Amino acid sequence: MAGASSPPGGRRRLQDDGVRTATSVEQAKVEDTIQEIFDAYKKNHNTSQLVLQREKHVQYLKKGIRQLSQAYECLDASRPWLCYWILHSLELLDEPLPESLGSDVCEFLNKCQSPQGGFGGGPTQLPHLAPTYAAVSTLCIVGTEEAYNVINRKKLLEYLHMLKQPNGSFLMHVGGEVDVRSAYCAVAVASLTNMLTPELFAGTAEWIARCQNWEGGIGGVPGMEAHGGYTFCGMAALVILKKEHLLNLRSLLRWVTGRQMSFEGGFQGRCNKLVDGCYSFWQAGVLPLLHRALHARGDTALSMTHWLFDQLALQEYILLCCQCPAGGLLDKPGKSRDFYHTCYCLSGLAIAQHFGSGELHHEMVLGVPENRLQPTHPVYNIVPEKVESAMMYFLQQPVPSLEPEATAE
Amino acid sequence: MAVVVTKALVELRPEGDGCGEPECGFGSLDEEDEQREDSCYVLYRDRKVWADIDPHLQDDGKKPNVQIIYSEKFQDVFDYFRAVLQRDERSERAFKLTADAIEVNATNHKVWHFRRVLLRSLGKDLHEELTYIKTIIEDQPKNYQVWYHRQMLVGWLQDPSQELEFTADMLNQDAKSYHVWQHRQWVIQEFKLWDNELEYVDELLKEDVRNNSVWSQRYFVISNTTGYDDPAVLDREVQYTLDMITAVPRNESAWNYLKGILQDRGLYKYTNVLEYLLNLQPSHSSPYLVAFLLDMHEDMLENQCDNKEETLNKALELCEILAKEKDSIRKEYWRYIGWTLKSKYSSAAGQSILTDTDQ
Repeated sequence: MAGASSPPGGRRRLQDDGVRTATSVEQAKVEDTIQEIFDAYKKNHNTSQLVLQREKHVQYLKKGIRQLSQAYECLDASRPWLCYWILHSLELLDEPLPESLGSDVCEFLNKCQSPQGGFGGGPTQLPHLAPTYAAVSTLCIVGTEEAYNVINRKKLLEYLHMLKQPNGSFLMHVGGEVDVRSAYCAVAVASLTNMLTPELFAGTAEWIARCQNWEGGIGGVPGMEAHGGYTFCGMAALVILKKEHLLNLRSLLRWVTGRQMSFEGGFQGRCNKLVDGCYSFWQAGVLPLLHRALHARGDTALSMTHWLFDQLALQEYILLCCQCPAGGLLDKPGKSRDFYHTCYCLSGLAIAQHFGSGELHHEMVLGVPENRLQPTHPVYNIVPEKVESAMMYFLQQPVPSLEPEATAE
Repeated sequence: MAVVVTKALVELRPEGDGCGEPECGFGSLDEEDEQREDSCYVLYRDRKVWADIDPHLQDDGKKPNVQIIYSEKFQDVFDYFRAVLQRDERSERAFKLTADAIEVNATNHKVWHFRRVLLRSLGKDLHEELTYIKTIIEDQPKNYQVWYHRQMLVGWLQDPSQELEFTADMLNQDAKSYHVWQHRQWVIQEFKLWDNELEYVDELLKEDVRNNSVWSQRYFVISNTTGYDDPAVLDREVQYTLDMITAVPRNESAWNYLKGILQDRGLYKYTNVLEYLLNLQPSHSSPYLVAFLLDMHEDMLENQCDNKEETLNKALELCEILAKEKDSIRKEYWRYIGWTLKSKYSSAAGQSILTDTDQ
């Protein structure tokens, strides 16, 4: 199936209206680089360029799950994230997880769990919602009873309560900052582990809705610029809370579809900024959520086979421009690979390849059939079977009760 | 287990930047950082004044994962940090230790937390700390903890006097930095420093009219001061934006702003704007202009305009132009909009399933 890059007038280069500013200069530079890559592909029609380098990526990931170079010192407070990025990438690539590795990961994450509840960035580190989300997600990917049982649910619930603010928002950590990410992290871990209580999330949906701005997207806190990462967090949290209707879905849809770059095919994080592979998930991943929300309202104009973005163009961008020849994926050509981008480029690729689910599942895999990834759950970004399995396990357990003296300082 | 330090680590390209966005503000993976150690740095374990402390080694467990091969300096600093934390030692030397810990990893929020505890326990000069955090921020502006630390300091001191200048300096280096804008918004809102902000916005838009963060700030200032309900303000803003659009027709930010300020007020009422844009179309056409015309037509339909059929046909035509020609990357979306309009407004359509308050 031909990529969207060939038809004349299909891809539009930036026109700067004769007025050059820093924005247009930067954009033009990126487009030049991408143009070279597209031209080379068209010239050679070398189908090897539209191949997902599975083996290379797997090698890169398998090495990282064990050991990382000194360059990763800056991520010493984010080691559960490294686990999640790597294991999620491997599950998308359909790499089986050896039982011993699963067990080791459980043991490691257990060491990251705090006595006060939640998970920190490493052993003995202070708990924080981001590594908490990463740890819980990782344990769901491992998907064994051993993994599920690592989570101290009672303490986790207490921890979430500790972070809850009167206005509905959540701190990222005790004595820490507030932004939309925390709401998503809290809602996601609570819903996966059967702790989604009305008291805990009272006011949260309304607070998130305040973060939607005049652009239609969602910012980190009320008043801030609309941004792909925060938009995903806000929308996904609202989907879990079943309160999507608090948003102006039409303006959100207009904003997020507007973030796909006419030339590059990938997504930008904010209006008038540059394309970046990670937004393949944060932005494109919002579209399945919107599709579902609109469908639930009886929208009959929705497609039954495609998301509301150009799936092939995104796949083309990822395959042609975001793969590091040595393995791993990246932001854009010229940038270095890292596990974060590997995770989110692959997650975006999975979103772009798979429409719908169950009976309505429609696949559109660009390039060789082996490029096909496992589908990912657009709310939790782990494979759907793992979400289901975890939820079913925890549904068998009662919601922990909070002791009166639970709230520590 | 043999430790193999592979040199062919592609991710260690000198300018290899962790992703620039705050969502992935995980710092840079720059190999060169660790090489700029000064030669007079002494490991804590070799310092006589620290001989009374037993370093607290990290316990990763028997079979660790994502195990980072720490440098000697990194490991040593954190061994002592953990020890000091365990004893809750509130001392000057502990305070200096936090600075070393921050230097090797500024994202460990436990270190920042403890540093703040020490700032208070030791009664440290918070203005000096402001100077300190400024240098750290300049070095690592995409880190959440450093900005939060600054916010805490400014809050304790109740002194925002440096913040506008500081954030303006930072914006000079990266005019779209999310953390900086967020901090600036916090300062302005907290200390009510609205007075000159619109002027600042105007200045930045002159520098780069495509800077979406500045348009965002524009909306922030006006909505929190005069508001847009005042017709004089709204007219001024509409005129300003149309001027920007005329000068740079393919600047999406300006178009989004125009829609942003008018959308809740009834686009269809602004016939003068419609006229202006129709006149602009021959010479200044862009997908944004066509989309705006579409939005106006849709709004007319929503508000029960006369000649409904003609308006609908025009709207559908615009959808098709966008889908096929002007904005084909969003073909699926424009086709969806067309179907939505048809099913909602066409007289041939059956009962509309979409709710009237469809947002």
